[in-house]
Amino acid sequence: MADIALQTAVLGDFRRKRLWAFAAPALVLVYLAYVFVAFDVPGLAQRARLDNAATLLGDAIRYKVHVTRDNRTDAVSVAIEGSRRMTLAADETPAWVHRDGTRTVIDLPQGHRVIYDGPVALYDLPGYGQIRITNTGTAIDLSLPGPVVPDFINASGTRVSVNTVAGRLTVTRARTETMRYFPGWELFFFDLHSPFHRMSWAEIAESLAWGPRLNPAQTNLSLMISNIWTNEIWRHGDVAWAMGETILMAFLGTFGAAMIALPLAFLAARNFTPARWLRFAVRRVLDFVRGVDALIFTIVLSRAFGPGPMTGALAILITDTGSFGKLFSEALENVDSKPIEGIRATGARPVQRYRFGVMPQVLPVILSQVLYLFESNTRSATIVGAIVGGGIGLLLTQAIQTTQDWEKVTYYIILIVLMVVALDAVSAKLRDRLIKGDGSGR
Amino acid sequence: MTVTPIAPPGPDTIRRAYLALTRRRRLYSGLMLLVFALLMIAGFRTAESRNAGGFVEGLAHLPDFPAAILSEAWDKAENLPGHMRDALPALVETLNVAAVATLTGTLGGILLSLLATRGLAPLPALAGVFRRIADILRAVPEIVVALVLIFLLGAGPVPAAIAIGLHTAGAMGKLFAEVNENIDPKPVEGLASVGARWSQRMLLGVVPQVAPNYFSYALLRFEINVRASAILGFVGAGGIGYDLKNAMTFGQGKLDEAAGIFIVLFLTIVVLDQASSLVRHRLTQGRA
Repeated sequence: MADIALQTAVLGDFRRKRLWAFAAPALVLVYLAYVFVAFDVPGLAQRARLDNAATLLGDAIRYKVHVTRDNRTDAVSVAIEGSRRMTLAADETPAWVHRDGTRTVIDLPQGHRVIYDGPVALYDLPGYGQIRITNTGTAIDLSLPGPVVPDFINASGTRVSVNTVAGRLTVTRARTETMRYFPGWELFFFDLHSPFHRMSWAEIAESLAWGPRLNPAQTNLSLMISNIWTNEIWRHGDVAWAMGETILMAFLGTFGAAMIALPLAFLAARNFTPARWLRFAVRRVLDFVRGVDALIFTIVLSRAFGPGPMTGALAILITDTGSFGKLFSEALENVDSKPIEGIRATGARPVQRYRFGVMPQVLPVILSQVLYLFESNTRSATIVGAIVGGGIGLLLTQAIQTTQDWEKVTYYIILIVLMVVALDAVSAKLRDRLIKGDGSGR
Repeated sequence: MTVTPIAPPGPDTIRRAYLALTRRRRLYSGLMLLVFALLMIAGFRTAESRNAGGFVEGLAHLPDFPAAILSEAWDKAENLPGHMRDALPALVETLNVAAVATLTGTLGGILLSLLATRGLAPLPALAGVFRRIADILRAVPEIVVALVLIFLLGAGPVPAAIAIGLHTAGAMGKLFAEVNENIDPKPVEGLASVGARWSQRMLLGVVPQVAPNYFSYALLRFEINVRASAILGFVGAGGIGYDLKNAMTFGQGKLDEAAGIFIVLFLTIVVLDQASSLVRHRLTQGRA
């Protein structure tokens, strides 16, 4: 009889398990299908900007040099990224731009060549022929070797642009502009004001080692460092400060929170606070702090303290006080009471009991949790920085919002990832030592 | 050659050595505390000097904004339930973002962890590579991926879901790899001896052992992801964070709406927090 009962029970169990094995993936699929519709994923395919992706990727790994002819004054200038701050001086004209009176010849890769001849711009495209664009002063005329306009040429009465693998030529009434692409990031170390930017690496090394002082007031090495630090384009000094601010926010927030949360955790732990009402009150406060999201604290605090790293640090501090309070009080509730009783038996005062009975037990746990959160908070500090306006998060959002400087966005992302990975390694190493407790650590 | 017998150290020597050791350790601890305190103070002063407003005057203004919200919400208390109801669709979107990200991220994380665990990986030579991949996915803050994807895909929940999902996959991959290292290898070996494929060994030998653990981490992650999703909404990814930002940027006159959103967000997080800690408690106390 019992066998039959057991059999039915086991078979029922099997059936239930089999049902779940099919039902759970089915439910997940149904849910994903619902989200697929709710998020309008099919519409996304149309809204996606693949050209943006191309710009982003292209911009991140290369830069362009503009050769611009102002069609009103006939002046030709060469500028990196077409920026006024990066306009090259006349004697610095690169070798691929030849100027001869009113004629300017620009060599592009793969044998392409652009010639500015007064108001006429010629584009020699090997395998196609010569594209002739004339600025008549009232309109832009295009004459082609073939009868049809190919799709790499975009022409209207006021603007013609030729877009090839080798570069780009744009002619409007105001200006004629050719862009040539180069791999890498422009002026990463030295901007145009720096005496080093015309030198090759070998020349820089030579000038550092025994060259004459470029600036009588300082050595070449300190000049080089200050040139890099104050680079107008990349602003390495400001970026370094921003990284420092972000780490500072995480540091102050995490450790400040731990210092505030520890006494609160004692009040919230069952074995240290017999008074029920007090425990209850402290626990509800901690619950409340955890429930009010970091986002809300960040908003409220940035209203009061204005943008900056202190606001971010306070936002992290308050948020983490809630989570630390909970974690620490759980650790405290799990302590072994025997060492405490032993210390009490020697006549120790409460403070001594805590110091010698409790802290040695919970400190490794607490410190490893604090270090773990410190690492994760460097990431949060990037986000908090974007909201309150401070640190590398702010620089990153600004660079993304201008949708121009993708090379800077790439640079900041690399820096952020390196920062987080480095702090992760440091905190993992410290945690390892603390948990293993090789005697040298406390 | 004479052998000098080593005399056992007397109690005096031992005590002296012990006290010296204790003193030295106290000194080191004290010095470390001092350095730490100095770092905190110097750090705080630096942070304050680089902040737009100072700490003390800011403290005085701290209650201003909550007070403005509360007074406006109080004046228009009859609107509050309506505002809370209006916030629900956005809340659902935020929760959906978090749920999809947790679901896909956890599945990705499980796969990544199985590929990265020594002893389980089908390609042991690449285990380290998959570990690094998990590390990097985890290291990139969600906001970075989200902002870039918003530029490419337009504002909406999908960039946020992808961003949070990638981060979750990295975090879970790393965590699960640690869990996987502690499993009992016998079921896996048993399955291998009857000729099970890698996928069968993992699905039937590993996953049943670690499923409660995985599930508990996934729940915790869901809670974290809801918060992350609300924050990403604030920087432009839609959902309740976006509505909150709009209500707040409008300022006076719409603060009761902000209050409604605050309440909804608060209640959601408290409910999730309590529910997930209850379920996780039951899972870890056996009875899986």
